[in-house]
Amino acid sequence: MPKLLQLQHIRKTFPGVVALDDVSFSIAEGEIHTLLGENGAGKSTLMNVLTGFYAPDSGSLLLDGQPVRFSSPRDSLALGIGMVHQHFMLVAAHSVLENILVALQGVPLFFPRRQLRSRIEQTIAEFGIELELDTPVWQLSIGAQQWIELIKLLMRDCRLLILDEPTAVLTPQEADKLFQVLQRLKQQGKSIIFISHKMREVMEISDRVTILKKGSSVTTLEAGEFNQNKLATLMIGGDRIPEWQKSLPFSDELVLEIENLAVRNDRGLADLDNFNLQLKKGEILGIAGIAGNGQKALAEALTGLTKVESGRVLANGEDITRSCARSSYIAGIAHIPEDRKAIGIAPDLSLDENLILKNFRAKRFRHGVFQSRSAIRNNAIEKVDQFAIKAGPQGSPVRLLSGGNIQKVIIARELSEQPTVLVALYPTRGLDIGSAEYVHKVIAEGAGNGMSTILISEDLDELYKICDRIAVIFRGRLIGYADPTSSSREEIGLMMSGEVSA
Amino acid sequence: MLEILLDATVRAGTPILFATLGAIINERAGIINLGIEGLMLIGALSGFAATFTSGSLLLGVVAAFVAAFIAGSIHAFITVQLRGNQIVSGLALTMFGIGVTALFGRSVVGQTIDGFERHALPLLSKLPFVGKAFFNQNWLIYFSFLLVGLIWFFFYHTRWGLNLRTVGENPAAADACGIAVNRYRFLAVACGSGIVGIGGAYLSLASTPMWIENMTAGRGWIAVALVIFASWSSVRALFGAYLFGGITAMQLRFQAMGTTVSAHVLQMLPYVFTIVVLVISTIRQQKGASQQPGNLGLPYDREDRK
Ligand SMILES: Nc1ncnc2c1ncn2[C@@H]1O[C@H](COP(=O)(O)OP(=O)(O)OP(=O)(O)O)[C@@H](O)[C@H]1O
Ligand SMILES: [Mg+2]
Repeated sequence: MPKLLQLQHIRKTFPGVVALDDVSFSIAEGEIHTLLGENGAGKSTLMNVLTGFYAPDSGSLLLDGQPVRFSSPRDSLALGIGMVHQHFMLVAAHSVLENILVALQGVPLFFPRRQLRSRIEQTIAEFGIELELDTPVWQLSIGAQQWIELIKLLMRDCRLLILDEPTAVLTPQEADKLFQVLQRLKQQGKSIIFISHKMREVMEISDRVTILKKGSSVTTLEAGEFNQNKLATLMIGGDRIPEWQKSLPFSDELVLEIENLAVRNDRGLADLDNFNLQLKKGEILGIAGIAGNGQKALAEALTGLTKVESGRVLANGEDITRSCARSSYIAGIAHIPEDRKAIGIAPDLSLDENLILKNFRAKRFRHGVFQSRSAIRNNAIEKVDQFAIKAGPQGSPVRLLSGGNIQKVIIARELSEQPTVLVALYPTRGLDIGSAEYVHKVIAEGAGNGMSTILISEDLDELYKICDRIAVIFRGRLIGYADPTSSSREEIGLMMSGEVSA
Repeated sequence: MLEILLDATVRAGTPILFATLGAIINERAGIINLGIEGLMLIGALSGFAATFTSGSLLLGVVAAFVAAFIAGSIHAFITVQLRGNQIVSGLALTMFGIGVTALFGRSVVGQTIDGFERHALPLLSKLPFVGKAFFNQNWLIYFSFLLVGLIWFFFYHTRWGLNLRTVGENPAAADACGIAVNRYRFLAVACGSGIVGIGGAYLSLASTPMWIENMTAGRGWIAVALVIFASWSSVRALFGAYLFGGITAMQLRFQAMGTTVSAHVLQMLPYVFTIVVLVISTIRQQKGASQQPGNLGLPYDREDRK
């Protein structure tokens, strides 16, 4: 098949970091090409070079055999290269409609909203998703925001579509829907670069896979030449995937009780409605449910980030319903939020500082009223090593890290003070397989030491693997509990769609 | 009596309205411009000088726009191209404006021109109560009405306006869509500054048709504050400016009536009132989502991760 785009010896450095060392591979017309690599391997950086966001230090790009140079995304768009970024490029204050409009071609100068509304509505309906065009984006779930980004790209006429971890925040059903669209585009002769850490997806959709390791392209494999194990080995090289054991049976002691909890969202609709839950000491309790059924409200109510309308939350018998985030933490609840950039980190602070955001008052980080720089640094060194965080130069803002590494920073911080309860929303979202396994290991070990975990996830594989019990949530209510050792996926699937079972 | 007061309100509010509209265009692109006071002075002097030498009021208004456009381009160059600090650059522009107009204004101090005159609009000026105040005014005031509508239309019903708002909210998102972020920002700052200049020209061509050193007397700063009060909307800017104008008109009236309150205290009223209104409107806004452009005050660097 003719080559659409060739990358030759691309190199890109940032102050103190070599993000891309030497990358070469090519993309054929009409193929789905997957990029695989650990967190911080340079996948997003490479894609930003392809779209003109970053100017490479050296190396060349050939489009249809002709050398091209992009000085801005405008140039790459003009040649038919479009991208969905890992971190969304959306205007939170604008409506869905306005966000889509700015991305389209041939928008009329006057009354653009009125003129293109129906066309956009039509496209949304074709994809079979529900999106209210006039809602401001900040009110939407992360999954819905991902769809806006996808629609922005799909409504443009592009020869090469770049999708940087589009499925990280989608449900498996939504991912399948996306894959159908991608297959259709492939049939039309379009090329697609796809990035994901989910092996199942990579196996399902890729025509070819290129492995990226520490900023260099290792190899490119054709379909049929690879299987999950081979890819994993190539990707992590000599490193071992951490091994762990499911924790011992938990005790009967209740650490957290939720009674008739009701929470309303920004639009005044009920996110949680008469919700009940019981969490035992040392238990890993999974919350299964299709995104948007109240998971986020549950986590925010537990961590004191949202107002509780009625009902109670008891931690070790103490009422914490109306405490703010800090006192919740003192009561021993840690939180891994869904929107990591928005509420998980202080983007402009350094890695060291982000790791002590919650326990900066601890004696070991202080000399009286002053901070102990060396203790803070040593803490960071320890965490970086433990969680294999790929850190930038010392003191640089944490927002410069790759998506997966930011996630690791949050997890490392939240788990550092031995919380009694961990509330984790999609904790392994965006992590490479080694890191995801490590996080599971930490949670399992924590459970062994008496930490209780509420693990909110859409990934049934993950829930089955590490949970002791699975609670199913639907439309803000608890549908029931399931035992991962005896319940089948079908049973849980039915419960997730609201069919009550015993 | 009320009709006279309303008439004076519109006249006192108009220069601030122009300045606020110009500042809104700046800030919608994400650039803070604290040079409004200086730009008004530059507009006031250039407008006056042009009309004084040519005899044409239209030429005066055009000159005010062009001079402030050029001065604003300096701010644009520093903040957009060089990604300099917007606060520092804006303050420097104000000081530059005060100094440069004092220097070049000396030759025209004491000169007079024929300023803008009232032109009653047929039919409209016959409307009860509001007719006289709003439609028996000069052309510059009518132009300000038009501008309020045009800016509103531009922001909400044109592609360019949507692009500009996107640039101010999230320049990286705009960039990813192929919008030329720097070009939009530069033009918004320069054109916005030009409109601020017309506000200055209103003072020297309509209010008091002569040049007086530092004749803006802090109106530029009021405009900076009113942008927040108006939550970056041109229509609400109209109300904000007239509120300030109304208090000004009222205190003048009190002075004319000869109250025992010191004139200095009365002159403070519009400013005090603006602060009070600002505090109230800010408290009220905090309850909902902020209207402030998301990237206000931040330089945009494509290679920086947000
Ligand atoms: N704008 C930037 N400034 C400084 N460093 C950067 C910048 N962009 C990327 N980097 C660095 O380049 C390296 C590669 O990051 P990149 O985001 O490409 O990784 P990735 O493969 O996409 O990882 P993930 O799977 O976690 O998304 C990281 O060490 C990151 O800190
Ligand atoms: Mg990435």
